[in-house]
Amino acid sequence: MTADSHHHPAEPAPIERRVTALEEVLTARGMVSAEFIDAVVHAYENDIGPMNGAVVVARAWCDPGYRQRLVANGTAAIGELGFGGPEGEHLVAVENTTSVHNVVVCTLCSCYPWPVLGLPPAWYKSPAYRARVVREPRMVLVEFGVNLPDDVEIRVWDSSAEARYLVIPRRPAGTDDLSEADLARLVTRDGMIGTALL
Amino acid sequence: MTQFGISPDVAYMAGPEALPRANGQLVFDAPWQGRALAMAMALSRQPGVGWERFRSLLIAAIAAQPAAPYWESWVTALENLTAEIAAPLA
Repeated sequence: MTADSHHHPAEPAPIERRVTALEEVLTARGMVSAEFIDAVVHAYENDIGPMNGAVVVARAWCDPGYRQRLVANGTAAIGELGFGGPEGEHLVAVENTTSVHNVVVCTLCSCYPWPVLGLPPAWYKSPAYRARVVREPRMVLVEFGVNLPDDVEIRVWDSSAEARYLVIPRRPAGTDDLSEADLARLVTRDGMIGTALL
Repeated sequence: MTQFGISPDVAYMAGPEALPRANGQLVFDAPWQGRALAMAMALSRQPGVGWERFRSLLIAAIAAQPAAPYWESWVTALENLTAEIAAPLA
């Protein structure tokens, strides 16, 4: 084909119709499918927000000085990376270790560190999670697929407007050779809430 | 990462072509915006295309009409890429 074929309608159709037309052409060519579109939309709505938090965690894994600053003053250290804003005040980072596992809840409502974790998942706001993770955290974590040895202490952090918590997950084994950017891709939203291990 | 998951090329675009976000979260104002995002990703995965090719078309579309809403420029770029690699069926 040639550059001459780069023609466009003189009168642009309403935007939805343009998108639908593209979808029809690309589907007919086998270049996209409804399944792919749905999956991408779902992934981006759910995963893009947590990437700020993932960048923070990866930096903490790679830079011991940053890790210290992050634990000492979460808001300031996260601000160093350009993240923050009105609901990013009072950010507190809590670190998982071999002997302590942290998990975050908001028993009162749904306080959540939006600037680093994006929108909270539906279960985070559910009455069942908010009540049960305090009462029986080990059982709730098992239901999330997190099986911790009995000697690991579970600390449950109750978020509020004064303190919004971010869990620093443990760095996965065998990742010594990964770059900071690659490490950030391993960090999940649930890992930073404490309901998943990495 | 799943095959549908985050691609750093897409998520970390900076400058005028950066994905619009609210509090770090990508928000679609309407379903067609998400579909347009997914189609750009699908086309960029066609052999020999790559994300950079779409990104440069997006930058050009934004530069051509700076006042246009972001996702409309996105659709223009998507139409141009489609015309290049998958000419509309007659």
